[in-house]
Amino acid sequence: MQFFLEVLIGGLLSGVMYSLVALGFVLIFKASGVFNFAQGAMVYFAALSLVGVMGKGAPLWLAFILAFGIMTILGIATEKFVLRKMVNQAPISLFMATIGLAFFIEGLAPLLWGNDVRALEIGLVDEPIPYLLDSFNIVVSSFDLTAAGLALALVAGLALFFQFTRVGRALRAVADDHQAALSIGIPLQHIWALVWAVAGFVALVAGMLWGSRNGVQFALTFTALKALPVLILGGFTSVPGAIVGGLIIGASEKLAEIYIPPVMQSMFGGNFGGIEGWFPYVMALLFLLVRPEGLFGEKHIDRV
Amino acid sequence: MSAYLSINNIEVIYDHVILVLKGVSLQVPQGKIVALLGANGAGKSTTLKAISNLLRAERGDVTKGDIQFKGERIDQRTPNDLVKGGVIQVMEGRHCFAHLTIEENLLTGAYTRPISRGELKASLDKVYEFFPRLKQRRSSQAGYTSGGEQQMCAIGRALMANPEMILLDEPSMGLAPQIVEEIFEIVKDLNQREKVSFLLAEQNTMVALRYADFGYILENGRVVMEGQAADLRSNEDVKEFYLGLSSGERKSFREVKHYRRRKRWLA
Repeated sequence: MQFFLEVLIGGLLSGVMYSLVALGFVLIFKASGVFNFAQGAMVYFAALSLVGVMGKGAPLWLAFILAFGIMTILGIATEKFVLRKMVNQAPISLFMATIGLAFFIEGLAPLLWGNDVRALEIGLVDEPIPYLLDSFNIVVSSFDLTAAGLALALVAGLALFFQFTRVGRALRAVADDHQAALSIGIPLQHIWALVWAVAGFVALVAGMLWGSRNGVQFALTFTALKALPVLILGGFTSVPGAIVGGLIIGASEKLAEIYIPPVMQSMFGGNFGGIEGWFPYVMALLFLLVRPEGLFGEKHIDRV
Repeated sequence: MSAYLSINNIEVIYDHVILVLKGVSLQVPQGKIVALLGANGAGKSTTLKAISNLLRAERGDVTKGDIQFKGERIDQRTPNDLVKGGVIQVMEGRHCFAHLTIEENLLTGAYTRPISRGELKASLDKVYEFFPRLKQRRSSQAGYTSGGEQQMCAIGRALMANPEMILLDEPSMGLAPQIVEEIFEIVKDLNQREKVSFLLAEQNTMVALRYADFGYILENGRVVMEGQAADLRSNEDVKEFYLGLSSGERKSFREVKHYRRRKRWLA
């Protein structure tokens, strides 16, 4: 039982990290209907910028602010040079444009900061929390817990921002109908630039947490792939969906990794490892059959 | 020139190729309702979008002529600028934000106004006063409200921007005659009590001419007739071609041809 709890909690906490990456997708998809393939590249770019600025001797908080500045500039530039030219184009064209953008950012990052694998030290230690270890005999990493806390705070903040502020409302309006938003005087350019900057911020937090755990390296771009099943589960347009989806994916892949191999082995013999790697995608696939809009996705409203 | 909104001889081309407006001129005096009438494809919506500058997003361009509002040229302004300046368009087909509630829809309309919470509330109450039905549906998602309610929502949303001039595109589209009447009554009311001027594109000539002060008839991108609404209503050609009323006795084919000839000459 203790072991089960340990696996479950570990899974949930790592799930929050997936949520964080998924969140970046959700933000941009919500506001512009673009599936931003470059989100993974942005995570990499953000983390690399953070490490790069710290390498120049800046303390973490200053580096974080500067890296956020860089991501904001990147966001505004993306809007100005890529998206603005493509208003009213088919979603697939916009999607292709973000693929191009992904390659561009993946090239730009090492060009600016070099391509060595770097360690990122943000002052969090990866140790079991003594209290939980002593009284319940469960190992829960304090790093994971802090990271999850940060991610949750970010998500809660964003959800409130979307729901209750003037700009948040405008963002949702733009997501619903570009033209109508334009017609009532919402400046699409500002909104899009803002969304890309916020997505950059989310990428920065994700990059910081993932980078300090696994090292800042090109492989960070692949974290984005783990966000896909999360999105399919949670729904592409829902901030809470990204969270719940992340938790489900995180917990289920860890549980599957631990509990499925023994069963398979006893049935078929042989070795069954690495289930964690593909399990989320199978779940996503099954989920698509049952509920294609995701748990919290917006249903397409069709009145006939 | 005392005209409030004036369009002078504009030409609009879509995609660098398709010529849609071939020199349209019209005026809207302050505090009046002007109807822009015509069949499908005559260029009514294009004229409105040329004014509100929503054309750019559809790859259209005003290539000749100019548009002035209160004596200033507005044809290069962004929609955001125009809304701040008091000109707003209510698009054809409502275009409410389907996943936002009615109240949220209305609130987005005030996006361009830097106002306090209290003023926002006051604006909202004013809209609810004109559209009591919206108040009942305030917390339902706009996508699930009826066509009439969506049209009201779209007009109410535009009102939240505190406009001086509303470009209203096809408000009667897909609505029951009773609802159309209700909406036009509200338009008239807004015009009289709030002093909002309207430029109204309509296919429903009969209703539009009853509520408008002045009318223009567009055909193939040109204005073919203009006049006081009452005069247009009693004009034989308008009766024949747009109101479906003829002078009583049956017509022979030759006379129909005669009318066709006369109409082409007009255009």
